[in-house]
Formats: sequence, C-alpha cells, structure tokens
Amino acid sequence: MTTVIARPESHTKVIGGRVGDSPQRPDGNLKVRGEFAYSSDLWMEGMLWGVTLRSPHPYARIRSIDIGPALATPGVSAVLTHEDVPGEKLYGMDIADQPVLAIDVVRYQGEPVALVAANHPEVARQAAKKIRVDYEVYEPVTDPIEALGHPGWNPGQHSTAPVVQVVELNAERARLHPNGNLVRHLKIRKGDPAPVADVVVVGEYEVGMQDQAFLGPESGLAFPAEDGGVELHVATQWLHSDQQQMCLALGLPPEKVRLTLAGVGGAFGGREDLSMHVHACLLTLHTGKPVKMVYHREESFFGHVHRHPATMRYEHGATGDGVLVYVKAAIYLDGGAYTSSTPAVVANAGTLGIGPYVVPNVQVDCFGSYTNNPPCGAMRGFGAVQVAFAYEAQMDRLAAELGMDPVELRCRNAMTEGAQAPTGQVIDSAAPVEELLRRVQSMPMPAEHPAAGDTDLRALPGGVSNVTHGESVVRGVGYAVTYKNIGFSEGFDDYSTARVRLEVVNGEPTVTVHTAAAEVGQGLVTVEQQIARTELAVDRVVVHGKDTRVGSGGSTSASRQTYVTGGAVKAACEKVRDVLLGMARRQLGHTIAGLRLDDGKVVSDGEGVVAAIADVLGDRVIEETLQWRHRPTEPIDPETGQGFAHVQYAFSAHRAVVDVDVELGLVKVVALDCAQDVGKAINPEAVVGQIQGGSAQGLGLAIMEEVIVTGGMIRNPSFTDYLLPTMLDMPPMKIAVLEYADPHAPYGLRGVGEPPTISSGPAVAAAIRQAVGKPLSRVPIRPEHITGT
Amino acid sequence: MDFLRPDSWADALAAKAEHPDAVPIAGGTDVMVELNFDRRRPAALLDLTRVDDLSQWYQQDGLVRLGAGVTFARLISELGDQLPGLAMASRTVGSPQIRNRGTVGGNLGTASPAGDAHPALLAAGAEVEVESVRGSRRMPVSDFYVGVKRNALEPDELIRAVWIAPATGPQQYSKIGTRNAMVIAVCAFGLALHPSRKTVGTGIGSAAPTPRVAAQAGTFAANALEEAGLWESRGELPPSLAQEFAEQVQAAASPIDDIRGSAAYRLLSLSVMARRCLVWAWTDYRKAA
Ligand SMILES: Cc1cc2nc3c(=O)[nH]c(=O)nc-3n(C[C@H](O)[C@H](O)[C@H](O)COP(=O)(O)OP(=O)(O)OC[C@H]3O[C@@H](n4cnc5c(N)ncnc54)[C@H](O)[C@@H]3O)c2cc1C
Repeated sequence: MTTVIARPESHTKVIGGRVGDSPQRPDGNLKVRGEFAYSSDLWMEGMLWGVTLRSPHPYARIRSIDIGPALATPGVSAVLTHEDVPGEKLYGMDIADQPVLAIDVVRYQGEPVALVAANHPEVARQAAKKIRVDYEVYEPVTDPIEALGHPGWNPGQHSTAPVVQVVELNAERARLHPNGNLVRHLKIRKGDPAPVADVVVVGEYEVGMQDQAFLGPESGLAFPAEDGGVELHVATQWLHSDQQQMCLALGLPPEKVRLTLAGVGGAFGGREDLSMHVHACLLTLHTGKPVKMVYHREESFFGHVHRHPATMRYEHGATGDGVLVYVKAAIYLDGGAYTSSTPAVVANAGTLGIGPYVVPNVQVDCFGSYTNNPPCGAMRGFGAVQVAFAYEAQMDRLAAELGMDPVELRCRNAMTEGAQAPTGQVIDSAAPVEELLRRVQSMPMPAEHPAAGDTDLRALPGGVSNVTHGESVVRGVGYAVTYKNIGFSEGFDDYSTARVRLEVVNGEPTVTVHTAAAEVGQGLVTVEQQIARTELAVDRVVVHGKDTRVGSGGSTSASRQTYVTGGAVKAACEKVRDVLLGMARRQLGHTIAGLRLDDGKVVSDGEGVVAAIADVLGDRVIEETLQWRHRPTEPIDPETGQGFAHVQYAFSAHRAVVDVDVELGLVKVVALDCAQDVGKAINPEAVVGQIQGGSAQGLGLAIMEEVIVTGGMIRNPSFTDYLLPTMLDMPPMKIAVLEYADPHAPYGLRGVGEPPTISSGPAVAAAIRQAVGKPLSRVPIRPEHITGT
Repeated sequence: MDFLRPDSWADALAAKAEHPDAVPIAGGTDVMVELNFDRRRPAALLDLTRVDDLSQWYQQDGLVRLGAGVTFARLISELGDQLPGLAMASRTVGSPQIRNRGTVGGNLGTASPAGDAHPALLAAGAEVEVESVRGSRRMPVSDFYVGVKRNALEPDELIRAVWIAPATGPQQYSKIGTRNAMVIAVCAFGLALHPSRKTVGTGIGSAAPTPRVAAQAGTFAANALEEAGLWESRGELPPSLAQEFAEQVQAAASPIDDIRGSAAYRLLSLSVMARRCLVWAWTDYRKAA
C-alpha cells in the first residue's frame, strides 16, 4: 500500500519523566519550528482534492441540483450529492438528524450540499461554483426563545421570577425538526418551590457565540483499501465515535472503516462532530483514489459547531447577612440547526447553573432550541461557561445589594466536601471553593498603573495604538469561582481502552502504549508515557500512533483523558506488572514478599534487587488490553433534576485586575491570576499550560471573541474580525496549583482543561464592571457597552 | 495567471502599460489575502519587489521622498524622527510579520478607509507621486482617495513615491481597536502641528467612505492658537480649545455602523482621540521650547 507522507512522529518519540515530572513534550520543538506534521500536511501520490459546496442560505428548500456543468469540467473526477450517500443519510453523535449532504431542506448557512473531487484544489473549487442549486428561500428562525414559542423577557419587570410558558408555534414552517424546536428542557427542582428571602436580586445576561478558533483547519486524507474498505487519516477528538457514524453513512462494517489520528492543530470541542470525514471517504470510494480535504479559514467557521450563545435570567434570594436562600434561573441555549451535543450542554448548564454554592432551594429551567443559526455544540467548558457569567455576576450584584465584600459573600456560601449540589449529589471529595478564592485574593496585586506621562504604551488600554497615556484609566478588580463536571455524565458508559506491551528490544526493556485517545495538543502522549514509565519502572516507553486498531479511548473532551485513558493505561500497566512479577516469582522458584519494580529491576524490600526486568522477560512479550471505566453515574430525574449525574467536580477561581479607559471603553487586563485544584498534577508544566490557555480563552469571550450572526448569517468568518487575544491582551499569570487528591480517581487526579476557561471570563467581566460602574450584562463586553454608544 | 517581474522602474511602467489589468504586488499583505479568499482573480500579477528605486527613501528639495515600497518596519526604525506621525501609525499596523512586508505604497494602493498610513499622511500634508509611460504627476494625498477602496490611479499608472515634509513640530497618531495589538482600526486620528506654517494638520481614518482631513477643525485650532499668541508663547492649551477642536473633528466624520463598531462609538472615540492628540502634541510643543 502507498504510504502516507507526513505523519506525526511525535507519538513515537521517547521522552523522559514519571508521574509528577514535567518532561519536555515530544511535539513541542516541532511545533515551535513549524515542522510538526498537521492533518493539513498529509500527502499521497496521485491524490485528488475534495471541496464542499455549501448553502448560502440559513433556511431554504432545495428544488433541484444540477451537477452537469461541474462534472463536465476538465480535471474533475466526481461530483456527489445526497443521492450518492450509500448508507444512512443522516448522522450525529447521539441523535442522527444532520444530513451528510443536504437532501431537501438546508437549515443553516454553510450546510454541505455537494462535493467535488478534482486533480487540483483550485479546479475543484471552481467546478463547485458551477453546481447549480435552485433554492426556495425561507425566512430563518433566529431567536432561540421565540423558536420555542416562549415569550421573551420583559425588561424592567425585574421583580418577578422567570415565567416559563410553553406555547406551540403556529407556523408549521417554523418547526425546523419533526418534533418541534425544543432539543431539551432540563429542570432542577430542589427545596421550597416558593421561597422567600430578605434580599432579592434579578438579572438578565447574554453570552455571545464563541468559536473554538483552532489554528489547524478541518482536514484529512482518505484512501481506498484493498479490501474494499477505506482508510482515513484525520484530525479529530474521538476516532471511534467518528468511525461509528462513518460506518452508518458509508454502509460499511467497522473493520472496513479504519481511522488514524493525524496531527491535530487544536480542537477545544470543535472536532467532536464530523466535518469532512464522510465526505472524503465518499469521494475516495467513488473515485478509487486518495482524496484530501482541507477547509480554508473562512470555511472552517462554517465547518464546525460553536459555543452556544445564551440568554439567561436569574433571581437570587439571600438573608440579610448574605446566606443564599434560593436561586431561580431560566437559561436558553441556542443549539442552531442540528442537535450535535446540545442535550449534554443543556444538562451541564442546568445542573451546574448556580455555581459552587450551597443553596437549599433551587429552580432551574434550561432549554436548548433549534434555530437556523449555526449549529452549536461542544466547546471547552461545555455549558458551564455561559452560566458562570450569569451566576457570578449575580453574586456580585447580591454583594453590592448587601453591602458585602464579593469574596466574603462567595465564601459564606461556598460548597465544601460533603455539600449537596442542586442535583442532590453529595460532593464526595475536596471542594476547596473558599480556599481557592482566598488564595487568589491574597496573591500580590500588580503595581498601580503609573501616572500619565512616561508609561510604556503596551501596558495601557489600546497598547501601541496610543489612545491613552493614562487619561481616564480606571482600575477594577473582579473575582470568580466555578466548578465543572469531569468526564461524561448522566449514566454514559464512559470508558477507555489501553493496550500495553512489554518486551525486550535491543537488550532494553521497552513498553509500547497503544490507545485511541486523541492527542489534540493537550499533552496526552506525554502523560501516557509518564504513567507507563511510573508503573513499569522502564525508561523506554513508546506511544503507538493513535488509530482504530485498538478499542475506543473515548472522547478527548470533558477534561477526561488524563483521568480515563490515564486510568486505562495505569490499569493495563498494573496487569502487565502482575504478569511480570508472576514470571519473576516462577523463575526464582520461591515467594518473596513485597516484590515490586524499580528502575528497570525487580526488587523487594527484603532482598534488594532480585532480577533485571530484561532478564525476567527474555524474549517473551507481555501484552494486556483492557477497558477501564470510572465509577458509574446515573441519569437525572426528568422532573426534578435529581441524581448522581457527574463523576467528578473540578474547581478553579480567578482574580482579574483590569485597567479600563472609561471614556473610550478600551480594556487592558493587567492581571489574571488563578488557583485551581487538580487533585494531582501528573505533569505540572502541562497543568500550568492548560490553566494559561484556558484562562486566555475565557478572557477572549469576556472582551472580544464572538461569531456575529445576523439573520442566520455569520458576518465575521475570518480572523480579521473574529478577534482572539494576543500576548498584549493576555497578561502573565500567577497560578496556584492545589493537589487535594480525589480518592475515586487514578493518582487522585482531577481533570484540568476546562475550569480555567470558565472562571476567567466572569472574573474579567466583574473587574470591568467594577471599574466602569455599569451592569454590563452581555459578553463579550464591547467598547459600545462601556461607553453607552 | 501571469507573473510579471520587472527589475527596473521603466520596465514596470512598460509592463503596466501593456497589461493595464495586471495587479501590482508589493508586500502582498493585501493582495495575497484577496487571492486567498478568492475575491480577486487577476489575469496577471506585477511584482514590484525587484524595482530597487521603490524601496529607497531620501531627502530632496527639503522633503522626504519615500519610495512606495518602503516597509512599515523600516519607517519605524529609520524615519521615526523625520516622520514621527507616520512612524507612530506604522507601529500600529498588524504584527511584526506584516510590518516587515507591508508598504506605504500598498496601503495607498488598497486605499482602505481603515489603512493606518492615511491619517498620518493627511495630517502631514503629503503628496503622492504617480507615474505611467505617459508621464508623472503629483497630487495631494487627500485627492488620491476617491471612494471606498478606490484611488486616483489610472489603469496604466503606478505609485512611485510619497513626498512628505519632515516634521517641524509634534505629531500624534491614535487608533481605536478592540484588541490591544494586530487589529484593524475601528477609527483613527492623525495630527501634526506645523509651527513653521502655524497650521494644524488632521487626518481621520475609518469614519467616512475615505480617509479625510478635518479641515475646519484644523483651521479652527490654528486660528485659535494664533489669536491667543500661543504659537509664540507656548502657553498652556485652553481646555475649551481642545474640546472645540474635538467637536469639529467629530463633525467632519460620517461613519457607519458595522461589525467593528457603531457609528455613535466612532464619533465618540474620534472626539476623544482628537482632544487627547492635540493635548499631547501641544504638551510636546511646550516642552520643546
Ligand atoms: C494580518 C494582517 C494585518 C494587517 N493589519 C493592518 C493594519 O493594522 N493596518 C493597516 O493599515 N493595514 C493592515 N493590513 C493590510 C496591509 O498590510 C496594508 O494595507 C499594507 O500597507 C499593504 O502593503 P503591501 O505592500 O503588502 O501591499 P500589497 O498587498 O502588495 O498591495 C496592496 C494594494 O496596493 C497595490 N499596489 C502596491 N504597490 C503599488 C504601487 N507601487 N503602485 C500601484 N499600486 C500598488 C496593489 O495592487 C494592491 O491593490 C493587514 C494585513 C494583514 C494580512
């Protein structure tokens, strides 16, 4: 078989380090030097290029598609439509409602309609323009509240609790899916349904649509296999979920659809859903040739789901001395055109919707709706991000109403170990909410901004754009704390598979770890090596390329891979170790108490070194494959939201210090400090990297990152106008990493990746509010909001 | 697509005359983006990077003659003292990579209302020298911008140079963006005090279909300074003068609402920048005494 050029060599490179060390990552230097092979670098002799024709309309009926002129274009090998999909024509991770290629109706701008394969990407692109699609254009449904027939808020009526009234829409055309526009309604009912409190604050909040904005666009290379199957090298977050969906669409059994992970240029949730996977395989199976597809930057904004925009209404009631009596919340998440992971995002937003506080009476109604806006799904923080902006703003509002210090109010209501979440679930490991807040509170404050004049412009709002020399600059400080579920919830069978092999290679004991868990840049390959090296006391550890030749590793999302795949690798290593020690015992011919492995040797406390691992093994190979599961969770009650829904909780807190030019509405985040409990830092440097990156992403949502959608159309699908924080926007951070072991988790670790994305943004927003003295209830906060223009 | 690579100015003009639809390319930081996004498919590209003359600057007749191909990076490192306003504007352009490639000629070629060179060039009273095989002409830069992303070039013409008087007084450049680096102007303002002529130069960016001068505001400020004898006395700037100037700058703009900002915000921020720039420039002028 022809070989695929450009494979991430990083997987096989051996690095040092055990659990708790911070060895240099194998992909680090390659990435910095621009030599890392990403999925967009894949290449094969004789390959074709595939492109996608997408709907220009957010909502329309397709009357006809004429592929004739496109197919007649010289250099074009195939033009495919839904008619060419051999298997199921709808796909989806849990709910299959998204057409592989549009059939009769398109429900969002950018929905794939047809595919072209040609000998050159430019030829393919030009040919795609010749496909004639006749659309009957409909008025798009764009308001997620109206889409459900719910009345919108009544601004000014801040005294009444959220009213939730389900009214069916009359216009049949506005039902975007057969069962209407409701994806999921999650209810939490805990305690007194009609609580009363001394002090009540009500607020309405909005969170704009954030994009994952990974730098490596959706891309991959498919080629036909001799057995009639297909191979796909692709950047993804979950090879086996892709495989399962692809098999259905392609009408092929799993053994004929093989996936290999290509170099992933970032994911953040945006690669959980399929993108070009089935398309490239259809083209390859149709033409019998390798087919490469790479989305361009603009297309990428249409090629993956985004973070759900949210509209939220909260009511907090407390006693006069600041003890929370109740929280009521109505949360609307715009799921866009198709289901994707909206049901799970709704569950998170709902169950985590009041934050890490002890509240006896809770009523939450969280809705996900279908609209003709871009589909929304997984993004780092997954439902917890949106609600954190609301509940933390509410805590500040309540503190102001009570005349209390915001940190004090939070600490007074903070969850502790043994506390009950709104789902009734008892938090059964560390919940250091108060300590995290106090840690960030006691970190040294950055220097006061210098008086007007001789300042380095880069330290001021606007940077070298030279808008202020200190005039009108007001400092603000804000706090936020959050918690997030780790792993998949609500009874999901959330496992990972690990194959661990121990053998002697060139006289040296060598471990090979094989999992299908996607390395998306977070450092899993390094962690897998560290765990195997720790458990088997062998220096030479190789991580096999990630593919479907081993069982599922589960999704690289929900901050779960170090926990679940780490747990699987650890368990497989333990099994290998048991076999090895058994071999050692048999070779020795007698039983030695406390036999263990240390530095390439079998040792016992009594007898010291008993044998070298290499000698015990000889030319035998020990290989163990197993599935590993975290403790089970259960579904929540549909009427009350009660249940043991989440595996583990992770906590983080941020303190943000901002300088705002209050006349111009421009913001400089001066400090963004974080404390997070990680249970156990398997790789401390990687942990800090996650906290920095996650914090930057939260900062981005607070002040600049938004996919602007009007009438169902994305208005800024490029990095020209979808702004990401630069190094002049993101300050250096002080970070406190706490390690309170979770007794249920391998090494006591907690997932790390998401919490910092959740608490950083609300802290920045709070700091800006403090500086500006306005409610600023929508993020991203724009200069217009600050200046009232 | 043809790729024409003249290595002299004469050849470049000849090539442009022969292929009027050829798109000149200097740093390529606008052209390549357009090609990438498939917004433009020219029959030919005319590469100007081999024409040495374009990347030179020198003094002639008391003016700086800035070749169209001089990059922003060089403007910052070589011309900060003579053309401070343009250097300040250059510092706000994109990222180091973009400043290393992007040129003043390219900024003029694109003639975007958001181009950062424009307000500084307007405030400094620069002239643009354009040429074709038919001959050469020079025009005030304000005449060069004729519409949204349209300039005064004839199909056979190329931009050769920009002529700017070295600063005789303080200059300022201020730009609003919703990020602290690498951002397109939501709006921008350039200011130059010309004490020798006792005039005040202005330039507005991103707040009208073209970059434009706030002529009345400049005249108002110059006259008010003159009447109060402040050019000579270098006395304190009356706050009311700065405020009135700011309001007149605002009145000169006609911004729109778009995804980068609202018209109302553009007007507000323009007046704030105008006021602050005048105050900073005047403070420098007083210090220079
Ligand atoms: C990431 C990024 C960030 C950017 N940020 C900014 C910014 O902050 N501020 C800003 O102002 N711009 C910015 N730009 C735009 C761009 O860098 C500038 O407009 C730059 O001045 C263009 O110069 P260039 O030499 O690269 O032009 P090119 O792309 O080579 O050409 C631009 C236009 O000018 C024409 N042209 C070039 N030279 C001549 C000539 N001698 N005669 C006639 N026509 C000519 C070309 O035909 C073309 O129409 C950015 C661009 C990118 C990609």
